Amino acid sequence: MTFPQRNLPNDTHAMNETPRLELTDVHKSFGTKVVLNGLNLSLAKGESVVVIGGSGTGKSVMLKCILGLLRPDRGSIRIDGEETVGLRGAARERILTKVGMLFQSAALFDSLSVWENVAFGLIEGAGMAREQARIIALDKLAKVGLDEDMANGDPSALSGGMRKRVGLARAIATEPDIIFFDEPTTGLDPIMGDVINNLITECVRDLGATTLTITHDMSSARTIADRVAMLYGGQIIWAGGVDEIDHCDNPFVDQFIHGREEGPFALEVT
Amino acid sequence: MHNPLAIVGRFFLGFLATIGRLSVFTGKSLAAVVSPPFYWRLCLQQMMTIGYYSLPVVGMTALFTGAVLALQIYLGSARFGAESAVPNIVVVGLTRELGPVLAGLMLGGRVGAAIAAELGTMKVTEQLDALITLQTNPFRYLVVPRLIAATVTTPILVLIADIIGVMGGYLVGIHRLDFNSAVYLKNTFDFLEVMDVTSGLVKAAVFGFLIALMGCYHGFNSKGGAQGVGRATTDAVVSSLILILISNYLVTEAFFSQ
Repeated sequence: MTFPQRNLPNDTHAMNETPRLELTDVHKSFGTKVVLNGLNLSLAKGESVVVIGGSGTGKSVMLKCILGLLRPDRGSIRIDGEETVGLRGAARERILTKVGMLFQSAALFDSLSVWENVAFGLIEGAGMAREQARIIALDKLAKVGLDEDMANGDPSALSGGMRKRVGLARAIATEPDIIFFDEPTTGLDPIMGDVINNLITECVRDLGATTLTITHDMSSARTIADRVAMLYGGQIIWAGGVDEIDHCDNPFVDQFIHGREEGPFALEVT
Repeated sequence: MHNPLAIVGRFFLGFLATIGRLSVFTGKSLAAVVSPPFYWRLCLQQMMTIGYYSLPVVGMTALFTGAVLALQIYLGSARFGAESAVPNIVVVGLTRELGPVLAGLMLGGRVGAAIAAELGTMKVTEQLDALITLQTNPFRYLVVPRLIAATVTTPILVLIADIIGVMGGYLVGIHRLDFNSAVYLKNTFDFLEVMDVTSGLVKAAVFGFLIALMGCYHGFNSKGGAQGVGRATTDAVVSSLILILISNYLVTEAFFSQ
């Protein structure tokens, strides 16, 4: 199924200044399977966009293309107006200094302590002295509610919620301009999910960062987002303010946010 | 019914694709070896893991191999009255072949599997992706320390294995085969040439490099969950053992062919 390309009304507000992040006509296939099929998305500075969509619709592939972990087949991905597709080595690392990422599984390094995980980008990426990086790491861990005893511990001893908090502290440690959140509340109980959502909102507000979050969790989307975009068929099929989502006339969005079995998704499955 | 030629063709194309991927991986690894930053602390950590902690298994292997070698050579050479050659054959056999090959095979199992399992787990839990987003090149941070540590420590391990292996032969020679201690040692050192030891150490360095390379390659290319990591570990061990045996022949040819 293909969808007509359209200028998303909420993308136009970013046209007055250079968008912090802009994806234009991004395509990515694996063999014969088309995952991204002309994806367009634009994030203004300081904006929080949440991309929703079902499993296997290409949300993670989109993030990996932005981070340079996958190379799009064609299309453009610009960060602060600079083309990033095809960047390698030092040029890629320079772009990544602007970026923080919270992975779905937190992706903490087992061989390092909790504070070393948080300080990793400062020590290895920014070349900061360990003692100075440790002070910053402890400060970031305190922001997400973890004390010094936890900081000296082993990541494998932490619960899922704590691992996410450490991952969040690591994502904000270098005070990046853009932060990506990959399913930040997946696998957590609703209370811990709410804690993580609030921490994300607070940390991002303090930093003034632009954020792009991918999730299935509508509660998370409503808490974090300024704007919500729905990815389906490799394209953004709807985008709008978080307050518009309950009144939109898109049947895919309507079915998704209400979690109904009946609807266009079900028709596709059958 | 499948066409047999198509099966052969698919296998051959798959083989060539693997060679290509491995060549690219090796090229990236070697490029990372000569480009900063260098993680010396990680190199030392890996030297401890790969070298120091492998000493017991390599030492035990060498001790009993030297002992069995002395016993077998004695029994064989007794058939034509050449028992006195035992010390000479033990020392040459150990330094040229059995020391490096057996140490290489033991390390291939112990170290190759450990590297593939660790890096494979990092791959499937997105830790490799996390490294990249934290502006750290995984080749420099993970592959180079392991390659350098394995290439440097394997010859040291083999040198120790040579000494322990000769000692194993000596103990059997003295206590079991009634050799005179001074004569056994004199024959050992008189017959040994520098090239015997050198060739074994060069082999050891090649084996160490191949073990670490295979561990890293299969770990980086593991897919899926626990099953994928298990498959990567098995592949790393099998491929490193095969490459050790092939490269052993090639290095032997290079050193000793007339």
